[in-house]
Amino acid sequence: MRDESTRAATAAHIRDLLETEGDAVHKNTTHLNRVRYEANAAGGDIDALRSEARAIKEEAIERLPELVERVRERVAANGGRVYVADDAADANDYIERVCADADADSVVKSKSMTTEEIGVNDALEAAGIDVHETDLGEFVVQVADESPSHLVGPAIHKSRAEITALFNDVFDPDVPLETAEDLTRFARDHVGERIERADVGVTGANFVLAESGSIALVTNEGNARKCAVTPDTHVAVAGVEKLLPSAADLPPFAELIAKAAGGQDVATYLSLLTPPVDSPTIDFDAPDEPLGDADDRTFHLVLVDNGRLDMREDDDLRETLYCIRCGACGNSCANFQHVGGHAFGGETYTGGIATGWEAGIRGEAATDDFNDLCTGCSRCVDACPVEIDIPWINTVVRDRRNRGHDPGTFDHLVEGLTPDDDPGGVDVQKRLFGNFGTLARLGSASAPLSNWLADRAPVRAAMDRWLGVDRRRDLPSFERETLRDWFAARDPLPSAGRADRDAVLYPDAYTNYVLTGRGKAAVRTLEALGVDVTLAPCHESGRAPLSQGMIETARTQAERVSDALAPALDAGRDVVVVEPSDIAMFRNEYARLLDDATHERLAANSYESMEYVYGLLENGADADALTGGGDVAYHGHCQQRTLGLAGYTEAVLRRAGHDVVTSDVECCGMAGSFGYKSEYYELSMDVGADLREQFAGDDGRGTDRRVAASGASCHEQLLALAFDGVPHPIELVVPDTPDAR
Amino acid sequence: MTVRDLRRFESSLDAAGVAATRVDAADVADALDRLVETPAVGVPLGIDGVSLDETVVDLPPTPRLLKTARTGVTPVAAGVVEHGTFVLRSDADGTEPVSLYPPTHVGVLRASDLHADFTAAFDRLDGTLAEGGSAILATGASATADMGELVHGVHGPRTVHAVIVEDR
Repeated sequence: MRDESTRAATAAHIRDLLETEGDAVHKNTTHLNRVRYEANAAGGDIDALRSEARAIKEEAIERLPELVERVRERVAANGGRVYVADDAADANDYIERVCADADADSVVKSKSMTTEEIGVNDALEAAGIDVHETDLGEFVVQVADESPSHLVGPAIHKSRAEITALFNDVFDPDVPLETAEDLTRFARDHVGERIERADVGVTGANFVLAESGSIALVTNEGNARKCAVTPDTHVAVAGVEKLLPSAADLPPFAELIAKAAGGQDVATYLSLLTPPVDSPTIDFDAPDEPLGDADDRTFHLVLVDNGRLDMREDDDLRETLYCIRCGACGNSCANFQHVGGHAFGGETYTGGIATGWEAGIRGEAATDDFNDLCTGCSRCVDACPVEIDIPWINTVVRDRRNRGHDPGTFDHLVEGLTPDDDPGGVDVQKRLFGNFGTLARLGSASAPLSNWLADRAPVRAAMDRWLGVDRRRDLPSFERETLRDWFAARDPLPSAGRADRDAVLYPDAYTNYVLTGRGKAAVRTLEALGVDVTLAPCHESGRAPLSQGMIETARTQAERVSDALAPALDAGRDVVVVEPSDIAMFRNEYARLLDDATHERLAANSYESMEYVYGLLENGADADALTGGGDVAYHGHCQQRTLGLAGYTEAVLRRAGHDVVTSDVECCGMAGSFGYKSEYYELSMDVGADLREQFAGDDGRGTDRRVAASGASCHEQLLALAFDGVPHPIELVVPDTPDAR
Repeated sequence: MTVRDLRRFESSLDAAGVAATRVDAADVADALDRLVETPAVGVPLGIDGVSLDETVVDLPPTPRLLKTARTGVTPVAAGVVEHGTFVLRSDADGTEPVSLYPPTHVGVLRASDLHADFTAAFDRLDGTLAEGGSAILATGASATADMGELVHGVHGPRTVHAVIVEDR
């Protein structure tokens, strides 16, 4: 249960990170995100590779127990040893014993999230063993005594200037370091000496190949190569989910991982080691002797369970195990781009997938501090090289946490207003936003009183304090005449009953009660293009409760919508949806909320409004009937882009004769209710600043243009960013004819 | 492998920042003497008619040579045309450390040892691994962006050169 002080503490933490780490995180993550897009565009059929990689992971996790047994036998036959550790302590004890057997006082490590997870550095240091990180990013984090802020770039939150100051301060070099080249050379030499002297090399493993008992390591710096081959004793630590059957399964991953992580065609080094390796040992204490005998090498593979086998049994968390730790879900996340992993992450894992990992490893409560930073915008879904539905994992864990809480003190305030199906423990703020449709209906029925009331300072102060609705936000202004009222009062068109196509418009709560103009424009546009339009009842799609982790409420709403639309579908009508987040529900999330046949019929026959107009034009409707001639700056909705639908809007605007430029930010920052929440308002506005920069800043692409957006919450955010009007694109193409009422 | 594959391989090497030199087996030693910055350390190349014995390259590797050599010369078991990748075997001669420690790596490969892509390369490697072998797929020079911008030459070589033996 979040109360006012928890929300204030969250807001303060975020504010602090925005100030201290935000700039470096933003520069680095947006760069990685941009080069990922570029590499994917240049790299053949990425989506086919992603599907292939996904299928391989699904099968490997299915076969996991068998693969564990296979790799155990095979590594033993190769002369090494496999240890399956139940948990972190078990893994650390084993690694400590290996170090004791090797009489080790010094260990070098290459970058490994799994060793971060088990905290092996602390365990070994407590046993009197020096541990040196050799990945330069990890080295920076170790020197600074901080935690990694990113799955791939542990020090991504630090600028070059900060690293320079850190090194000059800690190491006091004879000649002060200045350039990235200086820093790299200094760190390389410093770390290199430790590698030469180390008794044990610890690496992770990006993949473990059961058939041959091999490990695959993906690196650019070459430190993992040195750690694996320089000390005589090599310990590889990997989550048990890293197992694949054989090298024949690797090609799609070898193609995908570096593109997803950093926009590289392929990683510099892909080591395929079947340890103990045949390379000679290297004893820097005997510098002029030939290299030593490979038979002196020893190898241990520590496979860490630590909750993973339970995740494998969990239908919703299982796909977390397909994760290849590329970090693309963080780089593609608007919130992550602004605060990084020190806010959007748990003890070990960061970014969108962190919820799955932390919930599986440490329990769902471990996600409480960051899970809400996933707004469900879905931009990570396309970015993920193994097609993990990361927003769904976040939603499920949020739902489980809702159920885990006791009913809060102020629940009675919204209880009467919120006819949801979720348990009493749901946070009052979540419950409020999850029941937006009911609030909109009541707000519209009592407008303008409701709008006047909602504008009063004492009311806003109370809402901020008790409900977590930030008082700096303008609230939606409800229309007294709903879209359905307007539609019902119209006379039928002369063409009714003899149109070329028949459609039913789905009025979401925003379109019906708040932004009725876009609904009217949709009706008029379709009619002008020869479509007979009816209006469905205004039932919520379930998007609002789903985004609050109220899955049962979302399911009930999905059922009601599909029941309400069924007669129109039976009659052969197409379903047209104005709000992108709702077409995304129909096409994607309903697969998890409805039976397959119901979902598939609705998904197959539903269209986003501008997608539908595009289809009409393609089938012979006359684009001259549309209004054009404007200069438009268009911001596509995040979920609409994930569905690949934003292009239709741009095409229709252009065919209608508008000149169009577009934004390329991942999300406007509002993301449904996210930007209204007191604890996230400042982050939301910081994210929005990227969009403002593109449309009104030095970027200049939006100067003197009419700013349009498809999503209702994007509309509200763009208004808050000081743009005027911000119509839905269909309001820019609606024929300029008198209303047929 | 065709001449076209070889050209594509060279173009992929170029994209990965790797310069390439084509020579006949008889001219490898001269080519290495021109290319190699000394001191240089190497391992036997295992290519018919090619030897490092008469070159400036020192064998066998020692720890001191690994640390002091400016150049490491090793065989490259195969190249991957699509990405300009070296397949380096972890052998008892020390190909792995010699290709790793010195700041410049010169890899020598037969023009006939080219795989079209990773799929073809991994098909072959599957057998190598099953026999207990190990290999590194190295594409370009070692690099990091951890210090705020891209820098080449970290724990691995800063410069990589391919010598392609055309008549082998």
